[in-house]
Amino acid sequence: METLLFVVLGAVAVAAAGAVVLSKNAVHSALFLLLNFISLAVFYVVLNAQFLAVAQVIVYAGAIVVLFLFVIMLIGGEAGRLTAPGQSIVPISAAILSLIFLVALAYGIASGALAGVQGPASEDVLAQVGNVQALGQVLYTDYLLPVQLVAVLLLVAMVGAVVLAKRPKT
Amino acid sequence: MIDTSSYLILSAIIFAIGAAGVLVRRNVLVIFMCVEMMMNAVNLSLVALAHQFHQLDGQIFVFLVMAVAAAEVAVGLAIVMAVVRHKDTTNVDQINLLKG
Repeated sequence: METLLFVVLGAVAVAAAGAVVLSKNAVHSALFLLLNFISLAVFYVVLNAQFLAVAQVIVYAGAIVVLFLFVIMLIGGEAGRLTAPGQSIVPISAAILSLIFLVALAYGIASGALAGVQGPASEDVLAQVGNVQALGQVLYTDYLLPVQLVAVLLLVAMVGAVVLAKRPKT
Repeated sequence: MIDTSSYLILSAIIFAIGAAGVLVRRNVLVIFMCVEMMMNAVNLSLVALAHQFHQLDGQIFVFLVMAVAAAEVAVGLAIVMAVVRHKDTTNVDQINLLKG
């Protein structure tokens, strides 16, 4: 059952990722990106990270893709050529480069042993206290400073986005 | 039970597709989407490794990456809007103001 889920969802995620790159229309790219994000959210549920699955749907699918769609509709999708004219060597070399990169990554993953210390958050422990509570416990004790820094970052980004997007006074 | 390596391979495939997209596409918005996709691929490998080693730290990293990605998208799309207002194009080949 889990293998079937992995194969089907993995195929959907990879196909959606390919469609993001290959779609001529930017709106289609954004919608395929949404499909990719949602299939990853299901993977998070399978991997016992329920809070992240919900956060993935809310933040990525709900906020980021919608923001992309807003901007596409504001400035126009420009459904045109995929690559610049007279540069047919670019896609080929890019495909070869990323294939080499993928082979290198896969070789590293296949040859490296996944050995390490097993932490305390096993599935039984998580089933007892729940993923959200366990995550919150770690987030607000060990990772208190990063959380506050991220809060400041979000505030600065919000102000910066407003300043950048404001129409300049003429 | 799926091997963690399978998740890592899947995340590597998505990352490589995203990298190819950044290299091939000329529309700045699609390039941006591909960057987001690469970030998500790394998130998947972090969650898979957190699951493998029974540690919550990987999930915390993913949470922080999501927050940073949200900030990055907000600022990045604002920059794209400003550039498009200035140059009236989303083609990165024509956005070359810094070129001497």
